[in-house]
Amino acid sequence: MQNSRDHERIVITGVGLAAPNASNLAEFRKKLLTGKSEITSIDLRYMGEAPAGICTFAETKYRKKKENKRGTRAGCIGVYCANEAVADAGVDFSCYDKARTGVYIGLTEHGTVETENEVYNISQYDYNVDYWTHHHNPRTVLNNPAGEITMNLGITGPHYSVGAACAAGNAALIQGTQMLRLGEVDFALCGGISECVDSFGIFASFRAQGALAEHPDPTKASRPFDAARNGIVISEGGCIFTLERLDSALKRGARIYGEITGYAMNSDARDFVLPYGERQAECMQLALQRAGLSPRDITIINTHATGTKQGDIEECKAVRKIFSDCPNTWINNTKSNIGHAMGAAGVLELAGNLPSFVDNQVHPTINLDNLDDECNLSGIVANKPKQLDKVNTILNNSFGMVGINSAVIVARFDEDTL
Amino acid sequence: MTRGEIKNVILEIIEDIDEDADFGSLNPDEPLRDQLDLDSMDFLDIVMELRKRYKLQIPEEEYPELSTLSSCVNYLEPKLNDF
Repeated sequence: MQNSRDHERIVITGVGLAAPNASNLAEFRKKLLTGKSEITSIDLRYMGEAPAGICTFAETKYRKKKENKRGTRAGCIGVYCANEAVADAGVDFSCYDKARTGVYIGLTEHGTVETENEVYNISQYDYNVDYWTHHHNPRTVLNNPAGEITMNLGITGPHYSVGAACAAGNAALIQGTQMLRLGEVDFALCGGISECVDSFGIFASFRAQGALAEHPDPTKASRPFDAARNGIVISEGGCIFTLERLDSALKRGARIYGEITGYAMNSDARDFVLPYGERQAECMQLALQRAGLSPRDITIINTHATGTKQGDIEECKAVRKIFSDCPNTWINNTKSNIGHAMGAAGVLELAGNLPSFVDNQVHPTINLDNLDDECNLSGIVANKPKQLDKVNTILNNSFGMVGINSAVIVARFDEDTL
Repeated sequence: MTRGEIKNVILEIIEDIDEDADFGSLNPDEPLRDQLDLDSMDFLDIVMELRKRYKLQIPEEEYPELSTLSSCVNYLEPKLNDF
């Protein structure tokens, strides 16, 4: 039986993704369960080699090479993920009006890559700005990736970016959920994108901060919670979900990956880069409260931990504070496999966990050889997957610089319990 | 640079913008935009590439001179005389 409340319940019905180790959800899940990292090494302008996650996907599957060349790497990733998500959802836009479809894309930053490239370009012409490209502004406006998606799909509803540092993927998911609940749109494409491996500046800044991972074997460089962790592995990537109201999803017989039952965002209000466990705990607590759940109701926590010394410790403090008495809550970290996909991180990591509602497995945190005492959480699933009887809920953490925190809770959807 | 060489330069620049461009049935006296997948931003790319290759500064009011392949060659021939 459907009821009026189903109009406010928001479900995930499609997933499109580009990760450093996969370009669709089935492949991604397989790689996560087998603990296969495909982090490689990148040779950066001015800087040299660094470990990084690079995506290989069918770049011309949904638009011409000419359009990819004119647009941005973020736009290219976005167009691929958006088309894959819409196809995965089985939506041909006969059931949704394109003018009532919204595109909400989370970005950690945008324009850094394009600006660096253009400064390099004019350096070849004695810094004569007559050689600065006319493509600079349309490429660097903050709505660029979302806008490129609307142009490609002919979507005429609202599109914009949500800037929320590395919490941006979750933030866009929350934005889409809210817009559906408000009735602003009927169908939403929400997710996050990062093109940042093409920016030497992002790598150099993390290195200057002492937060860029180093390891002779790039596949072992991303090692959250491990005593030998030494920083972040930067990755590019993207993930877009299609969101619908439950009543309309059921009406068209959509396959439902899960229901967004709780979310929260808050601010540390204290430091530019150092995370703060106290506030992260408050964020998770608020998401639980909104979902009407207690900590014991959470089956999987996908941690944000990036592999920095203090960041991982702070999140562990937060998790310990809320989930200390939850023997059936299991903790993983997806960045150990794919690195830190910045604006795409939250949504990519959530996507990687969604199939657990079907296979009831928790994919492992890899590269965890010696657990740091300060990261000692009893439920960490390390190096091999854990089979459970049933996965009911996933809590997805994503935090970012300048003190931004987010937590999203997705619940298993069982139609027979309606 | 001969007229033939200039024509080849223009086609090479267009091909760099759009490698799928089909020059097979291109009428040199018809507007390029009517025959190829080119828009105003692509024309600015052509202008920029000519600037980079030959240090040509083409004033905006003269952009219409680049509308057909023949008009491109006519316009560029005296300017590329020394190349």
